Parts: sequence; structure tokens; C-alpha cells
Amino acid sequence: MTATPPALPVTTRRESLKSMMQIRQAEEDIQGLFLANLVRGTTHLAVGQEACAVGTAAALRAGDTVTCTYRGHHHALALGMSVKALMAEMLGRASGACKGKGGSMHMTDASLGLLGANAIVGGQIPIALGAALTAQIKQTGNIAVTFFGDGATNIGAFHESMNMAAIWKLPVLFLCENNQYGEYTPLHKSTPVADLAVRADGYGMPGEIVDGQDVEAVHAAVSAAADRAREGEGPTFIEFKTYRFRGHSRTDIGPYRPEGELEAWMQRDPIVILKERMIADGQLDETEYAELQAALEREVHSAIEWAKAEPFPTLDELTTDIYFEGA
Amino acid sequence: MTEMTYREAVKKALADELRSDPDVVFFGEDVAEAGGAFKVTPGLWEEFGPIRVRDTPISEQAIVGTALGAAITGLRPVAELMFADFIPVAMDQIVNQVAKYRYMSGGQFKVPLTIRSAQGGGAGFGTQHSQCAESWLMNFPGIKVVVPSTPADVYGLLRGAIREDNPVYVLEHKALYNMKGDVPDDLGPMPLGEAKVLREGTDVTIVAIQVMTHRSLEAAETLAAEGISCEVIDLRSMAPLDTTTIFNSIQKTNRLVIAEENPHSGGWGGDIVSLAADEGIYYLEAPIKRVNLGGSLIPYSPPLEDAAIPTAQRIADAVRGIVPAKTH
Repeated sequence: MTATPPALPVTTRRESLKSMMQIRQAEEDIQGLFLANLVRGTTHLAVGQEACAVGTAAALRAGDTVTCTYRGHHHALALGMSVKALMAEMLGRASGACKGKGGSMHMTDASLGLLGANAIVGGQIPIALGAALTAQIKQTGNIAVTFFGDGATNIGAFHESMNMAAIWKLPVLFLCENNQYGEYTPLHKSTPVADLAVRADGYGMPGEIVDGQDVEAVHAAVSAAADRAREGEGPTFIEFKTYRFRGHSRTDIGPYRPEGELEAWMQRDPIVILKERMIADGQLDETEYAELQAALEREVHSAIEWAKAEPFPTLDELTTDIYFEGA
Repeated sequence: MTEMTYREAVKKALADELRSDPDVVFFGEDVAEAGGAFKVTPGLWEEFGPIRVRDTPISEQAIVGTALGAAITGLRPVAELMFADFIPVAMDQIVNQVAKYRYMSGGQFKVPLTIRSAQGGGAGFGTQHSQCAESWLMNFPGIKVVVPSTPADVYGLLRGAIREDNPVYVLEHKALYNMKGDVPDDLGPMPLGEAKVLREGTDVTIVAIQVMTHRSLEAAETLAAEGISCEVIDLRSMAPLDTTTIFNSIQKTNRLVIAEENPHSGGWGGDIVSLAADEGIYYLEAPIKRVNLGGSLIPYSPPLEDAAIPTAQRIADAVRGIVPAKTH
């Protein structure tokens, strides 16, 4: 991992801090909604991994596209999805991001470039190649980003996509949030290499290791890789070393974690890292931080109350959107 | 009217769509420089260039996923999976991604995507290169499935598929690639979902696709000499399925035989039976007969392969079993 990354402009720092805090607040409340049985099925929180999404989103520009995983609330919010649209989707309401048809694992907003969160490990990776192919053929200068976890680096779609993206020099970034666990299994039991970035070598593309807890490090690495992709230099694989502070899903509290591991990682909370850096640089004080936190709590709580009052989809929605039926 | 082979008609459809829409791109294994494993696509790479006509690695998941991603971002891709037997290798992308992408996003995307494969037996390719795939794909709402039987149909339906703003799987039958037929010079993209009555008759309806339509016509000719009048329907499209043409026919003939190149269990013939047994039950005067692979796979050895795949003789025998003998 690199040393201290270059400081972002103060406005970007403020936006990044706010975005990470908004994600954290939303996800803490989503867990409550799940326990209250208002969110059905399952839900996967990215608490602790916020910097990966926020630093990346800040490095992208309009026209770029993202595919991501079922652990994807942070990507959606970082890219600009409203908390209301997210919460309404969590609750299966008609005004949700996907009209209630997607749910927790499929946050999608094409207008933000968010081409979809995927519930099949690795399923989203080749789809990003297609977005990159469009950018390449139409010469838009846009790039495609695909997020996935450490577990996805053992599935075929990942390897096929790394290979084909490299052969075709597609403008795509492979962004791996290595949160150390594939569901309940630690990385060292599923994977014979400690650093996933080495897998890029086999596909002839740059592979980098980046501190996923440091939003400025994420931003710097993604920006550099994005520049290369836009210049026609092809794909990059970036491994963010990160950690999920919560379990895999639902009510998992992570009994499989070695003692002290969670506590050690929580010392590297991405929100605290940026907050302290801003305080040290005279860009933030505790009062402002507390006010921001209170404002975000109000925003998230009010979005949840709004979403709870929103109507469910009408039953005719069951069979709409299967096919495009327009002219 | 121009006579051409089924193979040439596929290529002409691809060329005409590549020519008419700059967003159409075509990729797959060995489709570009080599002209395709079945020599269906030679010349496309030369005419349309390496940006729009591409060879891929042998990576079926990447091929289908890339095509999907391209389709939702502004291209109109045609992807080839060389043999339909390779569909299972890409099944996640087809089932969980392509078919569901529009639905689970709440209708945010159009998916103008065509995938082509060669399917079917009778050519000695052995067990893993001879299956038909349409029944698998019919279980995934969100994908349309067409199964052309003639040069004209494969030309028009492939062009229609490429023009569709939905995913369409075009299954070409490899035993038909050398078949010759007339393609009208003014034939354009054909609508999907329309069956065709290939031969009118009054005693029994035979429903079939692809090679089975040709064998059904052969059976009908034999049976005509025995005084049995067969109506032969080519479904042409499995999804959407033209139920009207089927109902209209059994209303007239009151008897139904289904000829298909699939195992009995899970084959689409069961769907046709279900339709006939429900809305069509009062039309029927005899049991419905299905002619198919039974419980077998498709083997290599020529006599075994011939025994697996329904023949005109087997179709004719099924008809004889439910049509009373004519008195002359």
C-alpha cells in the first residue's frame, strides 16, 4: 500500500465525508428495518467499506458506468441515489429505485450510470465489459467500473472477463473490495494467495493494492487507472484492502472471526480516518461533525418514514417490464 | 426470389443488419477471421472490420455478459455461442442476467440483444454437440426464442430478432445449414411469434419445428397416399408461442401429434399438450401423441443416432395410431 495519498480539495473531502456518513447511517437503519421484518429476505451491509465506493464515485464522471454486488447500498448512495429511492426499494415500494422489483440486492439507477447490483457472485463483471465495449466502439471516453468482493476472484466469470478485457484493451476497472471473507470463510481458506492483486499478472494488466479504508487513497488509485483506461491503455485491477464491520448478511454477527480482528479493523474506520485528517488540517471541528451527523440522521429517518408510507406496487406490475413492449 | 442455403441466409441477415445499423456488432468464438465453425459468417469481418466483428476467447460467460452490457448501453449486439450445447456454460448470464435485467431494474433498460447458436442432432457430432436447447430457454420469461426451419425464415427471423428491443435467442439447426430454399428479394425483418401452417389438412394436426417440420411433411405425404389428411404447423417461435394457430388447427382436425427433437420429460411438447388439454380439450377426439427422444441421449454411432431422433416413419406411425383407418 502507498504512503499518505495526495489530499483532495476540501470540497471533495467534505462531500466524501458526508457521503460515507450518510451510507453508514442508512445501513445502520437498514439493519433495524430488517430486524423489524420490514426488509424481507436478506440484506448485506457494507459498513466499514464505505471509502471504496465513495472514493471511486468521486473519481468517475458523467457517462461512466458501474456494476456492483448485492453488498451494494454504498455504491448506490455514493453514486447519488437518493436515500428515499433506496429506502423505498428496501421496503418494496412502487417509488423505489427499481419500482420495488429489485430489493436490497439490486439497487439500480441507469440515470446515474449505476447499471445494477447483482446477486450472483461475479455475475456483474462481464456486464461491465459490455459497457466498456460500447464506450470503446462509440469512442465516448467513458469507462466502466465493476465492483466485486474477494470471493468473486474464484469464480469463472471473473477470470473470463479479466482475460477478455485485457485482450480487447477495454476501458474497464476491476475493483475488488477484499473484505477478508467470502460469506463466512476467511480468504486464506479459499484462496492460495494473500494478495489478490497478483492475479492481474496472469492477465497482463496492472494490479494494485490500495488501502480501502482511506478514501483519498481510493480516489487517487481509481483516478489514475481511469485516466489510463480513457487513454486507451486498457483495464486495471485494484484490490482494496478493507473489512466489513458487520456479518455477511441478515443476523450474522461473525462468530468465525478471530478474537481482536474486528476491533483492530475498527481502529481503521474510513469515516474516522478522513474526519481526523480534516480536523488536523483545520477543515472540520467536532461541532460541525456532530451537526452533520445529526442532519444525516434526520435525513435518513425522514426518508424511512416517507418510504413506509409509500404504496406498494399495484399487482399489474407483476407482469410488466418482463419485455419492452414499446414501439 | 433468390435460392440460397440456410447457411447463406444467416450470413445475409447478419450482413444486412450490420449494413443498416452502425450499432449492430457481432462477436463470438472464431466468427471473424475464420468465418465461423460452420462457415456461416465468412466475409463479415472483411466487410465490417475488426471493431464490429470480433473473435472472442473461448469464454461463454464473458461473451454473453459483454453482449448484455453492450445492449443496455447503446449497442445492438449479436453474440454467437458456437453450439447450443455450450449454453449451460453461460447459463448464469443467460438466466440470471439477460432474462432478468429489465425486470429487476423496474424497466430501466431495453435489452436489444441477439444470441445465436447451432443446435440439434443428425450430423454425428455426439452427445455433447447435438442437443436442442429451446425447451431450456422457454423456462425464462424475458427471453424470446426463435427456431427457424427454412432459409427464408432464418433470414427474416434473424433480422427480426436483431431489430427487437428484447433479448432473442436464435437457435439455428445445424442439419439445416445445407438446405436450399427461395428467399424473397424483398423479405425484410419478420415479426417473432407467428407460427406457419406448412400444409393444410383435416384429420390431424402435427406440430413441429426445424428438422421435425421437414420430417412431418414427409410423413404427411406418405399418409396422404393412405387417405389421411395432415395439417403441419411450424411453430417458428417458441417464445412467444402462437397458440391461436395451434387452436385453430385442432379445432378443425380434432387430433394432435407433436414431433420434437427433445427428451420427453421437460420437452416443449408437454406445453402444447397442456394447452390442448385445457382450452382445446373439447376439440379433441383422440389421445395426443408425442414423438420425441423418449428417455435417450443422442449417441455418436450412426444407427443409434438415427434411432434416437424421430423419423418421418415414427411420426407417421403416431398419426396412424390416433386416426381411424380410412375405408376406401
